[in-house]
Amino acid sequence: MHTCPTDPHRTPVSNQPHTVRPVPQGEIGSQVHVEINGKPYKAPFGATILEVCREMGIHIPTLCYHKDLCLAGLCRVCVVEIEGMRTLQAACTFPITNPIKILTASEKVRKARRHIVDLLISDHVGECYSCHRNGNCELQSLAKEYGVDSYRFGHRTERRYEIDRSSYSLVRDMDKCILCRRCVRTCIDLQEVGVLEAVNRGDRTKITTFMDKPIAEVICINCGQCINRCPTAALKANDPSDEIWRAIEDPTKHVVIQTAPSPRAAIGEEFGLPPGRSMTRELNTALRLIGFDKVFDTNFSADLTIMEEGTELLLRLKKKLVDGDPTVKLPQFTSCSPGWVKYIEHFYPDYLDHLSTAKSPQQMFGAVIKTFYAQESGIDPKDIVTVALMPCSAKKFECNRPEMNDSGFKDVDYGLTTRELAQMIRETGIHLPEMAPSNFDEPFGEASGAGLIFGATGGVMEAALRTAYEIVTGREVPFKNLDITPCRGFEGVRQASVKLEKVKPEWSFLEGVELRFMIAHGTANAKTVMDALVRGELDDIHFIEIMACPGGCLGGGGQPIPTSQEIRAKRAEAIYAEDASLPIRKSHENPHVQYLYERFLTDGPCGHLSHKLLHTHYTKRGKYIA
Amino acid sequence: MPSRKGIVLFDTKGSSNGLANALKKTRQDIVMEIRESGLRGRGGAGFPTGTKWMLAAAAIADRKYVVCNADEGEPGTFKDRVLLDEYTDLVFEGMVIAGYAIGATHGILYLRGEYRYMLAKLEDALRRMRSENRLGERILGSDFSFDITIRLGSGAYVCGEETALIESLEGHRGEARNRPPFPVNTGYLGCPTIVNNVETFANVSVIMAQGVEWYKQYGTDKSRGTKLVSVSGDCERPGVYEIPFGTTVKELLKLVGGENAKAVQIGGASGICVPRADFHRSIAFEDVATGGSVIVFGEHRDMLHVLKNFMEFFVEESCGQCTPCRLGNPVLLDGVEKIGRGECSMNYLQELFDLGASMQIASKCGLGQSSPNPFISILTHFQDEIFSQR
Repeated sequence: MHTCPTDPHRTPVSNQPHTVRPVPQGEIGSQVHVEINGKPYKAPFGATILEVCREMGIHIPTLCYHKDLCLAGLCRVCVVEIEGMRTLQAACTFPITNPIKILTASEKVRKARRHIVDLLISDHVGECYSCHRNGNCELQSLAKEYGVDSYRFGHRTERRYEIDRSSYSLVRDMDKCILCRRCVRTCIDLQEVGVLEAVNRGDRTKITTFMDKPIAEVICINCGQCINRCPTAALKANDPSDEIWRAIEDPTKHVVIQTAPSPRAAIGEEFGLPPGRSMTRELNTALRLIGFDKVFDTNFSADLTIMEEGTELLLRLKKKLVDGDPTVKLPQFTSCSPGWVKYIEHFYPDYLDHLSTAKSPQQMFGAVIKTFYAQESGIDPKDIVTVALMPCSAKKFECNRPEMNDSGFKDVDYGLTTRELAQMIRETGIHLPEMAPSNFDEPFGEASGAGLIFGATGGVMEAALRTAYEIVTGREVPFKNLDITPCRGFEGVRQASVKLEKVKPEWSFLEGVELRFMIAHGTANAKTVMDALVRGELDDIHFIEIMACPGGCLGGGGQPIPTSQEIRAKRAEAIYAEDASLPIRKSHENPHVQYLYERFLTDGPCGHLSHKLLHTHYTKRGKYIA
Repeated sequence: MPSRKGIVLFDTKGSSNGLANALKKTRQDIVMEIRESGLRGRGGAGFPTGTKWMLAAAAIADRKYVVCNADEGEPGTFKDRVLLDEYTDLVFEGMVIAGYAIGATHGILYLRGEYRYMLAKLEDALRRMRSENRLGERILGSDFSFDITIRLGSGAYVCGEETALIESLEGHRGEARNRPPFPVNTGYLGCPTIVNNVETFANVSVIMAQGVEWYKQYGTDKSRGTKLVSVSGDCERPGVYEIPFGTTVKELLKLVGGENAKAVQIGGASGICVPRADFHRSIAFEDVATGGSVIVFGEHRDMLHVLKNFMEFFVEESCGQCTPCRLGNPVLLDGVEKIGRGECSMNYLQELFDLGASMQIASKCGLGQSSPNPFISILTHFQDEIFSQR
């Protein structure tokens, strides 16, 4: 009944499906005859009224409902009338188990919904035209749907809460909050981080953090999944576009941008395209038009990450298997998701040695731009401004970590989300889909498809395997078209293995070794993996990829709103299709990466200079809030 | 305090042989007898107790719970306090009987935080019952074991709503759950749970002691037995009274010395206001239902002030979860204040009545569904009086 649509294990105890309900065996999986607005329908036993109506194309408005989240039934916008019941029922939570007659738009229903919308608006501070969600706000849409043309019950104008701008990643404006609690359910149930909760009663109810602390002072991992699911403007990412515009307007500044694959696969949605259309090359043109001096491909540094992280893994394996070094920790975890990194720093601080020391592609690129690129192009690194287009709100925090200044400067100046860049482009009057395609700039040019698939859950693992397997055996991974299918898909935790056979002489210690790997996405699944690790159940695993966001980067907290499993799947399709179309699909074959190692990082992957520039360390944060 | 004139509950001396009788019966028979008795929930909603028990008894689970709702929070209600204080065994034995009937082994008394002072005495009673083998392992030599623990609420009115109470028991914020599923299937910790009022359990003990036929002679066809009412306000003899269902408001007022009242609020803040013209109405589930609160208003009372008090209560006590209740009650309160300032037009009053009607049907739980009741009933019955005074 009260299952979380995606995973019952993520459902809070109070809403967990009950196993004790005396449902006659015959009824499970059976059909119930219902009447909706006078017409007969067959509904699967136990399906909610909302599910059935959506299936039948009958519109019911919703607000607190989100397909990714547990059911709440608290906004009451979706109420419907059921014959014989005194009160209206929330369609989103009401399971159909008997033949019932439902009215979805009776007078009572319309009046009640209109009242609810009027009430929500009466308590919602501000006007639509001064709101960043103007045009993409579920409350605004409802007001239009119900013909709201006045503030029937007044309209709050004075602010009650200070805007919380403490975080590098998130901005919380609780005067825009309508208490749908999607953020709470996202944080507690979907991500199992648990930073946000409702406090107080009645009209003093608000969503807040532990002891009302600024969001930067609690254990928020900055994943921004709450932003993606907020129906209004209560949550947004910390927008650096004003500063970026200033840098662009400043003739003394050389402003470069790196674009990650996930934003490219999603930004079209901001311009009215259906999900799943990659805008990579159109975006290159648009970015130059709006004033960026150079446009680089983050996939270049994703390839670099594979070289470093893959080498690190092979070195760990050697130290462990050959040298018997007890200080070496396996399995090795990926470290490119800054939400995941902060999650493990807070929740499993004693296991940081399992994290790869390799920086994320964003940060590697920043360090390379302000050293190698500055040197090659003869530009003083102090005049270079590096912007990173990311699908991610946590990247903003990451680039502000104090340890991310290895170039001698702030390696990445600004993390910019997909939504924010779309806004910058809109301001210039450019309609992105109409742009002529163009290539990335040299000296980093085109990257490999391996770097590109970092955007999807499992992508880092697939990319790493394409390279590591080949380094060790001298042959390509034994999968058709290099598509390592066990790495793909959206299952929460996946596990697979590849056997290393007929290895090169220098890797003889890996002969016959079954390389075991796991992939998890969403921190709730990361928790499952970590708890297994803590219990000692993952000792035979070598490498684990974890992404903080459901679906991986393509479902990141900086991506276009709305999000859903269907949308994320479309974005993944776009990314894998682009990979398949690229001439180079293995990181180690990226000629620009090879050039970088020849000319700059001359002591090779995991060498001295790469350790200085491309690797990092982590902080034991713990989960206790001072 | 007036003498407690006994009828059904108050004529027992606090203990009965209800438990012993019940344990000699089969579980099914107890459920059938409770159904047959016509006992309805005494918290105010009046759900048939036997039906509730039958559903819980039919649920298949390793563990079931019996919860006694002693979160007596309705303004003007203080009858459960008397039962817990003076008729403790009737209540606890009623819980044991319920446990036996539905197949539960655990009972929880959810005691409102303000009744903490009773905790030691109640714990003593439980210890005494255990020592007398009326609680614990193999009760009274039967093969039925059952124990009761006491848990304290923390002062939220909404926790008297059974699903919010269960949330609170589980350590969560006190907020109503969606239903279905109902607690009889998915209650405390996901187990089948019955939540009954203190008075309901006391009635169960008496029914088991005296028999169904004896019990059925009291009350009306649709509301069997008696009702404890807590009478307060402008009357000579406030206190807790046991009256048969069907007693008219007028008769009750005579009993308590409140004949000169101009209105009586029945059912507390969430109840309705009965004006003098309606004093012939009777207290029963089919007419004017109450969980026990009866507040008498004398001629001199300003009914708008009375209403404002109730609306302030709901604004304060809404759990803040669902929109109609969280935001509707402040709008109604604001309307009351507008009326007080002479700023409320008849059109706007109608808007507020409409809003109240939506709140009654669209709110998630009984709190929000009943919170517009005083607004609607007081402003309907006393509209002329209220508006003429401004």
